[in-house]
Amino acid sequence: MYAQLVETGAAETSEKDREFQAKIDRGVRIEANDWMPEGYRKTLIRQISQHAHSEIVGQLPEGNWITRAPSLQRKAILLAKVQDEAGHGLYLYCAAETLGISRDEMTAQLLSGKAKYSSIFNYPTLTWADMGAVGWLVDGAAIMNQVPLQRCSYGPYSRAMIRVCKEESFHQRQGFDVMRQLCQGTEEQKAMAQDALNRWWWPSLMMFGPSDKDSVHSEQSMRWGIKQNTNDELRQKFVDQTVPQAEWLGLTVPDPELKWNEDKGGYDFGEPDWSEFFEVIKGNGPCNKDRLAARNKAWDDGAWYRDGLTAHAEKQKQQIAAE
Amino acid sequence: MDPLVTFCLRMGDTALILGQQTAAWCGHAPVLEEDIAFANMGLDLIGQTQLWYEIAAEAEGKGRTPDDLAFFRTERQFLNAQLVERPNVDFAHALMRQYLFDAWHLPMQEALCESGHEPIRGLAQKSVKEVRYHIDRSRDLIVRLGDGSEESRAKMQGALDALWPYAADLMATDEVEKTLAEQGVLPDLHRVRRAFDAETAATLERATLAIPENGHARTGGRSGIHTETMGYILAEMQSVPRSYPDARW
Repeated sequence: MYAQLVETGAAETSEKDREFQAKIDRGVRIEANDWMPEGYRKTLIRQISQHAHSEIVGQLPEGNWITRAPSLQRKAILLAKVQDEAGHGLYLYCAAETLGISRDEMTAQLLSGKAKYSSIFNYPTLTWADMGAVGWLVDGAAIMNQVPLQRCSYGPYSRAMIRVCKEESFHQRQGFDVMRQLCQGTEEQKAMAQDALNRWWWPSLMMFGPSDKDSVHSEQSMRWGIKQNTNDELRQKFVDQTVPQAEWLGLTVPDPELKWNEDKGGYDFGEPDWSEFFEVIKGNGPCNKDRLAARNKAWDDGAWYRDGLTAHAEKQKQQIAAE
Repeated sequence: MDPLVTFCLRMGDTALILGQQTAAWCGHAPVLEEDIAFANMGLDLIGQTQLWYEIAAEAEGKGRTPDDLAFFRTERQFLNAQLVERPNVDFAHALMRQYLFDAWHLPMQEALCESGHEPIRGLAQKSVKEVRYHIDRSRDLIVRLGDGSEESRAKMQGALDALWPYAADLMATDEVEKTLAEQGVLPDLHRVRRAFDAETAATLERATLAIPENGHARTGGRSGIHTETMGYILAEMQSVPRSYPDARW
């Protein structure tokens, strides 16, 4: 999930609010010019911008391997994937802008550390196998969350998600294909794949956010049609989908409690280390500082470029005015 | 080496090393649109690399694959122009390097569309569309940033001063090109030089940038003589396949 722990505004009780809720309950999409409660607007801004920031920061861990991809084909695929993520960031920022916030404001919130992005991107990519594991697990988990968001009550977000989902499922298949090739390769390659699964499994499960009983924001978001499923439902679905894939690859999921439960028709599995999750969210993950520093450096180093283009546009304007 | 193989490696290596350098900007460019644009150009260049290497490998007939050519040759065996290996000092250098490359690449690909060698002609006819788009973009940015703020002008002029001498390496020719021209594989390459001169003179003037006047030129890449940055580019790019030479990816 690319948006975690999104703080949710409270619903009011006016006539307008009741009409709004009735509209959502009838399944009518809310569009940019429609009236909406402030809480709904703010929640969506927080969620969509957090999602966009995740795409932007998400370029970094995979971008880390573009120059070292081991074949021309893999290099092209990885580059295309990271480019897609930048594109997702772009249309998500546009979707958020329809709610009355500018891209510059959102960027400033990211760079100052005020805005959050998905905790998963604060983990390092250490070997080529991580390009497989990230695509397979991280994009896999993201899809679990994003498929229902295609039905989100807010039109621009839901439409952005339809496009994003098409590309994400392609990424997930590519990641799986990297893993497949490694698992069918040499002993060293297989060990590399297992090591990547070991390191990415738990952080991937944490992407869905804390257990529903500890999630304070879910209920209102679900009533507003911003969120469709609980964190635990999505996590269960992810585990049920992914474990057979790991078995097919010949890899071992690093969870001693993992066991098929015939009665519920799904897997029982262990609890992620939530203290680690909250540490990462607080800024103490392995890469938080590096990620934010990289984004700040890109922005600061690029100031002359943005100012230069603005100066040129200004000159053009004056020239036209003078003529 | 067969002149055809040498020529294809010169073209493919130049595309690959520039693609490698361009792709490194993904996630680090001044605006999101540039992240996307640089990734896009990188993708085009890597795609073109694969095509050049396929023709080279076929003509060579030693059973080497495009990946063998990319990942298992050494610095002295790479035949790219020195311009493309110049470092990503800042975004001004990256843009100027791209523009100078494009100003040569477009007339080169246009000329190759008339090649008597069928696979090369096919490659050029496919690539030329991408290259036209690349130069539209890079030319536009050179003009806007040159004729922008004082700072952006100074940055672009600095990049031009640093990179201009290396542009000559793009157009350096020797017996290889001469032989291929006699065989009808290559058209007259003088017109590529003329097109490059006309393009850069007009655009740099609009950008209020001055071409360095000392006439200094750096060449050697086409025969495997590189600058000191080249070894590091290859060390990074080839690190995984060389660490696991028996692996397939």
